[in-house]
Amino acid sequence: MSNTETGIGKIAPVRAVAKGDGGNRTAWMGLIVLLALVPLVASPFHLDIASQIFIAAIGALALMVLTGIAGQISLGHGGLMAAGAFTTGILYKETGAGIWITLPASVVAGAVIGLIFGLPSLRLRGVYLAMSTLALHFVVIYLGGEYEFASGASTGIFLDPPVIFGYELYDGQAWYYALFLLVAGTYWGCSNLLNSKTGRAWEALHANETAAEALGVQVARYKLLAFVITSGIASFSGALFAYYQSFVSVEAFTLFMSIQYIAMIIIGGMGSLTGALLGAIFVTLVPYCIEWLMETVPYFGLDISTASSASHAAFGLLMILFLVFEPSGLIGIWKRTVARFSSQSKKEGVQ
Amino acid sequence: MQIVANIIVLTSLYALVASGYVLVYKVSRVLNLAHGELMILGAYLLVATSAGITSDPLIAIALTAVFSIIVGLSVYLLLMREMTGQPVLAAVLTTVALGILLRGAMVLIWGPQQLNVASMLSFENASVVLTDSIRVSTASLWLVICTVVVYLGLLAFLHMSRWGMRMRASGQNPLLAAQRGINLHTVYALAWTLSTFSGSIAGVLVALDSRLDVNMAVIGLKAFPAALVGGLDSLHGALIGAGVIAVLEVLLIHYVNPLLSDVVPFLVLIAILIVRPWGLFGTKEELNRV
Repeated sequence: MSNTETGIGKIAPVRAVAKGDGGNRTAWMGLIVLLALVPLVASPFHLDIASQIFIAAIGALALMVLTGIAGQISLGHGGLMAAGAFTTGILYKETGAGIWITLPASVVAGAVIGLIFGLPSLRLRGVYLAMSTLALHFVVIYLGGEYEFASGASTGIFLDPPVIFGYELYDGQAWYYALFLLVAGTYWGCSNLLNSKTGRAWEALHANETAAEALGVQVARYKLLAFVITSGIASFSGALFAYYQSFVSVEAFTLFMSIQYIAMIIIGGMGSLTGALLGAIFVTLVPYCIEWLMETVPYFGLDISTASSASHAAFGLLMILFLVFEPSGLIGIWKRTVARFSSQSKKEGVQ
Repeated sequence: MQIVANIIVLTSLYALVASGYVLVYKVSRVLNLAHGELMILGAYLLVATSAGITSDPLIAIALTAVFSIIVGLSVYLLLMREMTGQPVLAAVLTTVALGILLRGAMVLIWGPQQLNVASMLSFENASVVLTDSIRVSTASLWLVICTVVVYLGLLAFLHMSRWGMRMRASGQNPLLAAQRGINLHTVYALAWTLSTFSGSIAGVLVALDSRLDVNMAVIGLKAFPAALVGGLDSLHGALIGAGVIAVLEVLLIHYVNPLLSDVVPFLVLIAILIVRPWGLFGTKEELNRV
């Protein structure tokens, strides 16, 4: 019996990087150039949304590698981001450390917590693993809350803008470029990892743990490695989130945040790194679309509490629609569309 | 002695909520993470009934029970039925999505403010003096009574009736059960209905005891460790798990630190997952099948 707990969509993991595909590479380069030009024309509001998307994308890539590729479910992604944010916040508040210390420290803290998150995965699968990560989410949040309470910073920790090479990272354009580079770097790192021995081991243990073990994959080691690496990345994005908001508080890292990240990988499409990016864009934009809708449609009227509830409801509905009707996510829709057009053009070529 | 009474009341609450998790998991192997929201929905249904149909408490509560049965049935027929036969995780994530959807929808319909359900129904939640030193509220007393009745009813139903036997059989081996002519969809629908019904009772009584707002769905999340400690497919295990969690919570609030009471149920959950993942009374073979 195959072990496909996370086999949502039942599609084989898709390798996003097609080697030697010239057309694809040109498209990627074009996209990168286009994105690099965006800040020249975009308003600060749009830059803010873009930066939020970038931060979400780093977290979504991590969860995609863990759940979509290695097949280990985690409901505690928000907890990991909180760990990164709090490591940065506490280090900054207590020692005044700069970004070159806080960011690596956050990655290390995340990796250590990831190791702890991962330990139950050696014995547990599926639903039970999801529960243990959910429980750890609450433990991390509790520790953060305790720190806030003990240090007298009950509203949260304030951070000053980070200083890189004597330049203060403050305005929207600078953040945009910095985060853009980091997302590109994370994507590049993840896709290389997937094309390595480690990535193949993850796919093997996702498809069938017993068979993978029989083929000589050290299941325990690679499972833990998946947790450690992705938790490090998630914690890193949490630290970036803290710097970007210049504020750390447990209130930001709710269970809803973890669910949002799961929504990203489901909506984007399981098993595809590009899907994680698409999901991050989609999920970040939903609340803004809801707000826009409530402003334009006169009947609703705009109210902060109803706006956030409306986006909760919309998230629930969207997740359900994707899970029931489109389990392969946005990337699946994209691939089908491409396939339809290419087969049409082939037909026309024959005629 | 008051502490003992508090523990018993909290145990009843967690046990009543946990029975919903156990029913659905035992029969269909699906973990219903929307149970907390469904429970609160029961209380909001009471609000709707009392405001829109009748203000007589007893009739309103009876109508609410009927509505909650309809809700449970439609959750299965409209949503979870689509997930039957899908990977377990897809079903679990669907319930997560359902929870978020319900949470948002309830605020949109009934507003974010706290509602005083007891005064809406003109239900007087007087405190009952049991002995000199022990007092409990009327709603808490009803909670304990309802929990006892629900557990006795469910145990009798599962072990003595034909449909109960079908439910247990479907949980043990769906393929064989289906081969023997058991209609799995009917059985699953029954499990969801019963689970939503018992959850709604808990929701209504909690709302009568204090006030009602959407964040009370977190009770569902806290009752979850109770179900898992006892064993996710064991009804009497859930009762004992609820006792463990309630004792810890009340004692921690009373003697140590109230903040700790929010996290200790989950620490217990992690401990049990590491030492004995199938819970105190659960079936061990479950794990291989998940």
